[in-house]
Amino acid sequence: MSDINFQEVRVSTAKPWSWKEFFFQWEWLLVVVLLLVILVNSIISPYFLSLDTFINTPATFLDKGFIVFPMMLVIILGKIDISVASTAALSAVVMAVSYNAGLPMPLAILLCLGVATLGGAINGYLMVRFKELSFVIVTLSTMTIYRGIAYIILGDQAAGNFPAWFSFLGWGSILGLPVILVFFILAAVIFGLLLHRTSFGRVVFGMGNNTTACRYSAVNTDRVTLIVFTLAGLMAGVTAIFLTSRMGSTRPNVAMGYELEVIAMVALGGVSTNGGIGRIGGPILAVFIIGYLSYGMGLANLQAPVVLVVIGTLLITSVLAMRVRFRQKKKTSAV
Amino acid sequence: MAKRSIGFAENLRELGLLIFIIVLSVGVQLRNPAFLTLENINSLFTNTAILGILAVGMMLVLITRGIDLSIGATIAFSGMITALTVSRYPDMSPLLAIVEGTAIGLAVGMVIGVLVARFDVLPIIATLGMMNIVRGLTYVISGGKWVSSYQMSTGFKAIATGRTLGLNNLIFIAIVVYLVAAYFVNHNKSGRQIYAVGSNPEAAGVSGIPKRRLIFLAYSIMGALAGLAGVLWVAKFASAQGDTAIGYELQVIAACILGGVSITGGVGKLSGLILGTVLFGILSNALPLINVSPFWQMGIQGVTVLAAVLTNVMVKRNTERNALRRRAI
Repeated sequence: MSDINFQEVRVSTAKPWSWKEFFFQWEWLLVVVLLLVILVNSIISPYFLSLDTFINTPATFLDKGFIVFPMMLVIILGKIDISVASTAALSAVVMAVSYNAGLPMPLAILLCLGVATLGGAINGYLMVRFKELSFVIVTLSTMTIYRGIAYIILGDQAAGNFPAWFSFLGWGSILGLPVILVFFILAAVIFGLLLHRTSFGRVVFGMGNNTTACRYSAVNTDRVTLIVFTLAGLMAGVTAIFLTSRMGSTRPNVAMGYELEVIAMVALGGVSTNGGIGRIGGPILAVFIIGYLSYGMGLANLQAPVVLVVIGTLLITSVLAMRVRFRQKKKTSAV
Repeated sequence: MAKRSIGFAENLRELGLLIFIIVLSVGVQLRNPAFLTLENINSLFTNTAILGILAVGMMLVLITRGIDLSIGATIAFSGMITALTVSRYPDMSPLLAIVEGTAIGLAVGMVIGVLVARFDVLPIIATLGMMNIVRGLTYVISGGKWVSSYQMSTGFKAIATGRTLGLNNLIFIAIVVYLVAAYFVNHNKSGRQIYAVGSNPEAAGVSGIPKRRLIFLAYSIMGALAGLAGVLWVAKFASAQGDTAIGYELQVIAACILGGVSITGGVGKLSGLILGTVLFGILSNALPLINVSPFWQMGIQGVTVLAAVLTNVMVKRNTERNALRRRAI
C-alpha cells in the first residue's frame, strides 16, 4: 500500500479572498512587532539604523535560526524536541576533536552533520519503537546523554585551531550578504516548500491534527516521525557548524539554552503547541524579532539574565495569545 | 487474575530495586571500604534528603501526566531570596526563613499551576518558560553576586547541621514530608483523586472530579516543596548562587522514574519512590568514591533515566501480554 498522494486530495477549501482575512493575520502582527523592535533599537543606538548594521546584525543570532525550521515540523506534529541544543553541542565537540586528531576539515564537518543526524534519528527511533513513552521523557533523557557524551569527550577543555577558511562560514559574506544569512534563506526556502508544497508537508499537518486518522489513511506515520526528528538532528548539526565557526572554538557547554529560544521563536511565530497549525512565515519573522530584541537589549547594556526573563515571558505569552486566537476562531466557525 | 499479576509485578519491581541497591552497595564497598561506614551513610542520607523531598512533589506532578522542569530554578530563586533576607536581618528565626522560602516556591508553583490547569499550556512549555524567567530573576535580584557563608547567621546554617530527635534536621524534615505525603496520597480524598485524573482525565472529568483544581494543586505542592528545598539547599551548602541546582530537575525526575512512577501518569507509590531516591543517592555518592570522573556523571544520569523508562515499558508490555495469555486459556 503506498502513501496517498495528498496533492490530489486537496479539497477546495480555498475561501474567496477578502481584505479582512488578509489583514487579520498573525504574521502582520509580527511585522508590526518587528518594526517596533527595530524602532526602539534605533532610538537606543543611532548607529543601528543603517543598512550595513541591519544586514550584518543577523549574523550574530542566525545560528540558532536553522533549528527553528525542523522544530516547527516537530511542534506541528504535536511534539517538542528539547534535545536539539545538546545535539548541537555534541556534534560541535566531535567536529573539533576529530579535526584536532588529524581528520581533514571538510570530513570533520561531514562527521559533525552525521553525528547530529544520528542523534536526531535515535530520538525518532525511540519515539516510534516505544510509543508508550512521551516525547518529553525521550528528548529529556537524550538531552542529558548527548551533552553528557560531549563532557566525557572534552571534559572542561575547549577545542579549536580550525583552518582559516572555516571562519568564513560565520564571518564572511557573499555578494554583500553574510554567508550565514544566505544559508538561512536557502533553508527557509527548502523548508517552506517541504512544508507547504509537498505531500510530506501535508502529512505532517495531518498527523498534528489526528495521527490515528492518518495511520488509517495508509500514511506511514512512523516514517514521518522518524524523518522529522532526524531533520531536527541534521539542522542542529548545521547550527553547530555556524556557531563553532563564529566562536572559533568549542566547549561542551556551548548552545546552552538554545532549545528555549528556538521553541519560543516557533511559538511566537504562530505555530500552535497543540499541533497541526502553523505557517513558515511566522517563525521566520519571530527569529528576527527575538534576534533583534536580544541584540537591542545588548545595546541597552541589559545583562543576559534579563534577556532570559524576556524570552521566557515571550514564550508563555505567545502560547497564551495563540490560545485566545484559536478560541475566537472556534467561536466564529460555530456561528 | 490480571489485576493480581500486575500487583505482583509491581512488588517484584520493588524487590528487584532493593536487590539492585544491595548488590550495588556491596560492589562499591569492595572497591572502596569507606563506603559503608556510619559516617558516609549518614552523609549519604543527608545528601539524599533534599532529593527525596523534591521527588514527592515531582511524583504528584508526573501522576497528573505533567512534568516540571522549573524546580532547579525555583530552588535557586527561593534559596537566593531567603539568603538575602537572612544576610539583611541576621536575627531572623530559622523557622521564619523556611516559611519564607516555601512561600516563594509556592508562588512560583501557583503561577505554573494556573498556566497549566486554567489556560491549558503544555506543562513542558509552561515550566520551560518559567524555568528561564525564574532563573533570570535570581541573577537579577542577586546582581550576579553570591551570598556566602559568612553573610549567613549561625542559626540559619544550623537548619542543615542541627539535629531533631537525634536525626539530622534534613532527614527529619524529609521524614515529615513523607509521612504527610503518605497520608495525603493514601487516605485523603484529593490525594486519591489525583491518581484518577492521571490515569484517565476524561473519565475523571465526567465523574465530577475537579480536574483542573487538582492539577493546580499538584504544581503548587511541587513549587512549595521546591521552595522548601531551596532554603535547605542554601543552608546546607552555606552559599546561594545564581546557578544553584542548575539541571537538578533531571535528577529528581530520574529518581521518580527509577522508583516506578510512570511518566504517562496515574502510577506511583511512595515506597517505590523511597527506593528510587536511595538508589539515586547511592549512585551519586558512590561514583566519586570509586573514582569515576565527574565529567561522566551527566552521561551516566541520562543513560540511567533512559534505561529505567525503557525497562518500565518492557516490564509493562510483558505483564500485559501475560495477562492476555492467561485470559485466553
